[in-house]
Amino acid sequence: MMKGLKIAAAALMLGVAGMAAAHAEEIKVGFSPEAYPPFYTQDASGKWGGWEVEIANAICGEAKLDCVLTPIPWDGLIPALKTKKIDAIMNSMSITEERKKEINFSSKYYNTPTVVIGAKDQKFDATPEGLKGKVLGVQVSTIHAAYAKKHFGDTAAEIKEYQTQDEANQDLAAGRLDATQADSIALGDFLASDAGKACCDLKGEVAPDDEVLGLGVGAGVRKEDTALQERLSAAIKAIRDNGKYAEITKKYFDFDIYGAASQAN
Amino acid sequence: MSSESSVLTAAPRTSAWLQPHRIVLILIAAALVLASVFYMRWDWLPGYLPIAIGGIWRTIWLLLASAGLGIMLAIPLGLVQATGPKILSVPAKTFCTIIRGTPLLLQVWLLYYGLGSLFPQFPWIRESFMWPYLRQAWPYGLLALTLSFAGYEGEVMRGAFAGVARGQLEAARAFGMSRWKIFRRIWLPQAVQRALPTLAGETVLQLKATPLVATITVVDVYAVASRVRQETFVVYEPLLLLALVYLCITGIIVFAFRKVEGRIPTRLG
Amino acid sequence: MPAVHPSRRTKLSDFLAAVFGHGTLGLLALEPPGRGSFLLLGLMNSIMIAVGATILGLTIGIAGACGKLYGNPVIKDLCEVYTTLVRAVPELVLILLLYFAGTDLINRVLAVWGYPPADINGVVAGIFVLGVVQGAYSTEVLRGAILAIPQGQIEAARAFGMPLMLMLKRITLPAMLPFAIPGLANLWLIATKDTALLAIVGFNELTQTTRTAAGATKAYFTFFMAAGALYLALTLFSNLILGRVERWARRGLPSVGGAA
Repeated sequence: MMKGLKIAAAALMLGVAGMAAAHAEEIKVGFSPEAYPPFYTQDASGKWGGWEVEIANAICGEAKLDCVLTPIPWDGLIPALKTKKIDAIMNSMSITEERKKEINFSSKYYNTPTVVIGAKDQKFDATPEGLKGKVLGVQVSTIHAAYAKKHFGDTAAEIKEYQTQDEANQDLAAGRLDATQADSIALGDFLASDAGKACCDLKGEVAPDDEVLGLGVGAGVRKEDTALQERLSAAIKAIRDNGKYAEITKKYFDFDIYGAASQAN
Repeated sequence: MSSESSVLTAAPRTSAWLQPHRIVLILIAAALVLASVFYMRWDWLPGYLPIAIGGIWRTIWLLLASAGLGIMLAIPLGLVQATGPKILSVPAKTFCTIIRGTPLLLQVWLLYYGLGSLFPQFPWIRESFMWPYLRQAWPYGLLALTLSFAGYEGEVMRGAFAGVARGQLEAARAFGMSRWKIFRRIWLPQAVQRALPTLAGETVLQLKATPLVATITVVDVYAVASRVRQETFVVYEPLLLLALVYLCITGIIVFAFRKVEGRIPTRLG
Repeated sequence: MPAVHPSRRTKLSDFLAAVFGHGTLGLLALEPPGRGSFLLLGLMNSIMIAVGATILGLTIGIAGACGKLYGNPVIKDLCEVYTTLVRAVPELVLILLLYFAGTDLINRVLAVWGYPPADINGVVAGIFVLGVVQGAYSTEVLRGAILAIPQGQIEAARAFGMPLMLMLKRITLPAMLPFAIPGLANLWLIATKDTALLAIVGFNELTQTTRTAAGATKAYFTFFMAAGALYLALTLFSNLILGRVERWARRGLPSVGGAA
């Protein structure tokens, strides 16, 4: 039984790179176990990789932390953080006012525009008028869900909420959605795939709303963990400065996804 | 109030319901409820009440529709397994085995994401009148719940049909009743009566299965509770209220079945 | 048990090849481009949780059944509340409640005693949650089975002045086994399928591994069918074993006993 438990524990910690320094402090970093390419991808053996995994490991290495990636479903991340199941969230979670009431964030580590993509055979743009009568899919509990409800709620025929963005993309490809709204990079990746190419194209960037869309993606931590928050922020700044960030980003993107420097909070 | 009563409780059942220890337990329960009302967060409740009621209706509707359609499928499934020729009974048995041998959550996802991803490959499906329905999530949820109920009840009905005394059917035949008439007047009523006690339990199990459709974007009461949790970051309160809602619906189901069973004469043969 | 899955899997891929063509079936292979080994890992996790939950459920069930039958009125009522609540609320809701609230509660208790928060991994949490659910159902099954024991046997034991625990060990448990096995077998099958619900809390059991593999490869139909076949294989294999166990437990009893 003991052995069985160990195997399972190892299975749970899929994708943990061997970053552990000799006496690094261990923290559990929550992420939702779903493909969110190119930020989170899973190889055939079930190991997690992708830009955000590499960046998370770089941040942890810099902060002398032994980070254990812990799978928690997306909608359970903040409750899990508050109940100490995990110690930090690094899962493309945007820093918003609404979330800051519950948890704190490190400074941002990337910031990319929000776009709407939709079925190729329909012509419309990413405005409330454009989405009139359309069925729009978003991932639950995201800035996109909040934005869509606020700006498109009155005009869209229906706003469907999915557990994962991958499932929304799947339903868009299956013709059960007219459009989906999410991060430009994640959707760009989908549009570049075979299924994406066949069904859909870019409808445009949504109008800015910093209050809902936030100021970039940061690592979420508990309110009382200010030391950890500062440590992570310092590590993010350090990997920006020492070129590690650029090195990892180069492997995935041909531009810097950090966004404007002035937006750091 | 302690051990001597444990031997004797059976006889004065009704009058002794309100024993001293029960009053204490009820007081503790009431204190817990009051504490949760005053110390937990309920300020979100008024804002979500309309969609919560909508969600409760959708749950009840899904339950009734899937149980109704499911039992209609289950009767022929049970009948052919009890008496049918091999060519009918083997597929029926296979169907029941597959449904009962795999998790409902997997069936729901297989139908919605698996089957759903095959449809757009056929343009004629997109152009057919069915498409507006196939685009939505609830038909898949209803189908999965119906098939599941049919699979489990098919097994129950098989036992119920097989359990009706042969002599009665022979007697009916001796009276010159037609096969359809025997089925309608003798066999089916007795089988249903035999199945009724398990049916109440199975309907409760079906109720407990309905929240699975929330994973394919059907907005039932469970989905409403999830939405509250995600939008307000209140963790436990929506779940506790949700548990209470299911408890009430279960209570109604049990009560309704007891009424129905009470109206049917207890022993026919 | 390991001998069963590979052979199942090859049969499965033959079947799928006939139905879907060869395009996506390579994804089920055991070697890295395929995700077969990942699915089998999920199956292993599912079985482990089901076994753990059944054992915990049985333990709770024995205690609950004894509480309901022999306990004092307070214990009887508490057992009744437990079984009623658990059997009326969907497993999904209970899993969410216990998964988040349960670990929170444990950590708070630990904090009061001055310990650091415990590392409660998915397996332990899964076993605990499903075990509590299983416990309610096995309480009812075992209670029914104990009541089915001919009253004279228990009276004889009492007449000999056997203490309760000894009577439980020597008379009650062995005598009720033939009556309890069919119900418990059913509970085991439910446990194997209920592990799928842990996918909702992101635990890497078979349904969750299937979901992520399907999402990554877009071969939804192939993977869900494959997982269905694995679950079915587990059920059929369990039926085979449980049938034997039932025959063994009923040895020496007349063939038309009460266990219908």
